[in-house]
Amino acid sequence: MKPVSVLKVLSIGLLAAGLVGCGKQETSKGELIVKIGSVAPLTGPQAHLGKDNENGARLAIDEANARGVTIGGKKATFVLIGEDDQADPKTATIVAQKLADQQVKGVIGHLNSGTSIPASKIYADAGIVQISPSATAVAYTAQGFRSALRVMTNDRQQGKVLGEFAVKHLGAKRVAIIDDRTAYGQGLADEVEKAVKAAGGGVVAREYTSDRSTDFTAILTSIKGKTPDVVFYGGMDPQAAPMAKQMQGLGLKARFLSGDGAQTQEFLKLAGPAAEGVSASMPGMPLDLMPGGKSFRERFNAKYGVIQNYAPYAYDAVNAMILAMEKAGSPEPAMYLPELVKLRFTGVTGEIGFDERGDVLGGAITLYHVRNGRWEVLDTVQGESAGKSK
Amino acid sequence: MDIFVQQLINGLVLGSIYALVALGYTMVYGILELINFAHGEVTMVGAMVCLAVVGWLLGLGMAVPWPVILMLGLGAAVVACMVLGFSIERIAYRPLRRAPRLAALITAIGVSIVLQNVAMLVWGKQYVSFPALVPVVRYEIAGATITALQVVIVLLSGALMAGLWLLVKRTGLGRAMRATAQSPELAGLMGVNPNRVISITFVIGALLAAIAGVMVSAYYGLAHYYMGFLLGLKAFTAAVLGGIGNIAGAMLGGLLLGVIESIGAGYIGDLSFGFLGSHYQDVFAFFVLILVLVFRPAGLLGERVAERA
Repeated sequence: MKPVSVLKVLSIGLLAAGLVGCGKQETSKGELIVKIGSVAPLTGPQAHLGKDNENGARLAIDEANARGVTIGGKKATFVLIGEDDQADPKTATIVAQKLADQQVKGVIGHLNSGTSIPASKIYADAGIVQISPSATAVAYTAQGFRSALRVMTNDRQQGKVLGEFAVKHLGAKRVAIIDDRTAYGQGLADEVEKAVKAAGGGVVAREYTSDRSTDFTAILTSIKGKTPDVVFYGGMDPQAAPMAKQMQGLGLKARFLSGDGAQTQEFLKLAGPAAEGVSASMPGMPLDLMPGGKSFRERFNAKYGVIQNYAPYAYDAVNAMILAMEKAGSPEPAMYLPELVKLRFTGVTGEIGFDERGDVLGGAITLYHVRNGRWEVLDTVQGESAGKSK
Repeated sequence: MDIFVQQLINGLVLGSIYALVALGYTMVYGILELINFAHGEVTMVGAMVCLAVVGWLLGLGMAVPWPVILMLGLGAAVVACMVLGFSIERIAYRPLRRAPRLAALITAIGVSIVLQNVAMLVWGKQYVSFPALVPVVRYEIAGATITALQVVIVLLSGALMAGLWLLVKRTGLGRAMRATAQSPELAGLMGVNPNRVISITFVIGALLAAIAGVMVSAYYGLAHYYMGFLLGLKAFTAAVLGGIGNIAGAMLGGLLLGVIESIGAGYIGDLSFGFLGSHYQDVFAFFVLILVLVFRPAGLLGERVAERA
């Protein structure tokens, strides 16, 4: 794994260096060359997701080059520089600095919240616009960097939908909330707690565990005494699965609800029969329900094969960037950022627009539940649509 | 009240498992005065081997009833762990028998790290799930719920501990073990082969660890290459709590520690008005360890033997 990634990084670096050396920003014929970075883990366990993001961005770039885009009266050619952050926060900052040194005009990435957040400081300092197609942590846009945006729904929106789902759809009056004390789990659980209370439900227990734990019987017993209708867990599948099992063992009849950390195939495998009837959410919506989903799938499949997950979001992120450059008549981030935050357009994933923090307006959340050992789509909840607000 | 009974049951199940693992620590310590830190990893190997065999048997798709599959998995785990326990002693500890005690302790930690990494290479970094073999059967007792699996864990642990007690106190082998614990040299003069006794001690400890490992993975439904670390530390704490080197002490310490953890984690949130949460569950074990070391270093049932400390 390692040598491959080093080679890749080296070769991409050399290529980029070549471009910097010979191209500058304009060719002799007055053509603009606009470099856009894409960062995601291209090696390691999340490599399939990372490559998917990069391919999504690449498709948008290739299409823009094919149809011909003029920025400020000059013909623009877009170049994608793909980088590997290995889903590692430390590598993410190194890669971000490299892209900043190459004077890219924008970055699509990173894939994870943990890498997007430290990298965003470097992009903000260098005055580069960053749009993450997949980071969900609230903290990413809460740092106050104008240059950090995302086209993916955040955990506050997800928590709101989960909380309302528990009270309105599952009819819960008494909700017990457990989290694993990680930035993701705790953040999501806090948002769920707020939403449950806002929707008129009661939070009867707030318990904590760790992302290493496997024994939840003590917590669940204590919760059982408070007779909840729904137990929500903010965390990942290695804990959610035994928790669902132990609820069954203790005869705790409450419904089990969790976030995207548990909405995985791994959860089904680990929980076995105890997974039945569990509900969980996932930011975004199934491709088939997206306005441009079908056509996107055809174009993507023809070039890169199966879509993993976030490719349509990366695609929309690139197009948002290009549209803003066209409107501003300049590829310079300082010029097109004001246009980008005002932008409203219909992308593959739905209507795209940003709020004052840089979060996507609207932002869909899909709810799933387990039936016959498989995740089934229950409902897709669209937040406030980009067109309606403001 | 029914919540209290339920926490007590949870604690007893957890405690029986701790006790089984603690016996392995205490038996080795009693004879060699060595803390075998690789013991937790032996339980992990037991769980992993059982899962691998069960998975393989299920993959064959034969119409075999689940208890048979489980027994075969358990049998394989026991055999593998007994071989492992024997080998660890022969390869890592016996050459260092006359070396300073610190050397053996460091070797023990080394063996533990080696086993963890080998397990990671063989079974991967992911959690491995225990197939849903055992049907969930629940019984209601005094408002509390107990599953058939929990009953089996407690009864089997009890039977194993009783068997071990009889072995140590009533058989010739047990007498040889006790003699070797007092003085390997003198026991040797009396016709006992200390090396053989020490090997047997490791093998018995590993047998108990293998069964405990299978119990843990069946109870929680998953296994992981790292699971032996915390389990080993908890069991070690249980052994110290009861008085390390003392077999009855390890049993008592294990059960007590399980109950303290369950009751503690179940009530700390309410008692501290939400200031401390149930994620402090693991802290209780080590808090107990510190208290014991400060106020009663020999443990609850331990004898005061100054020269061993």
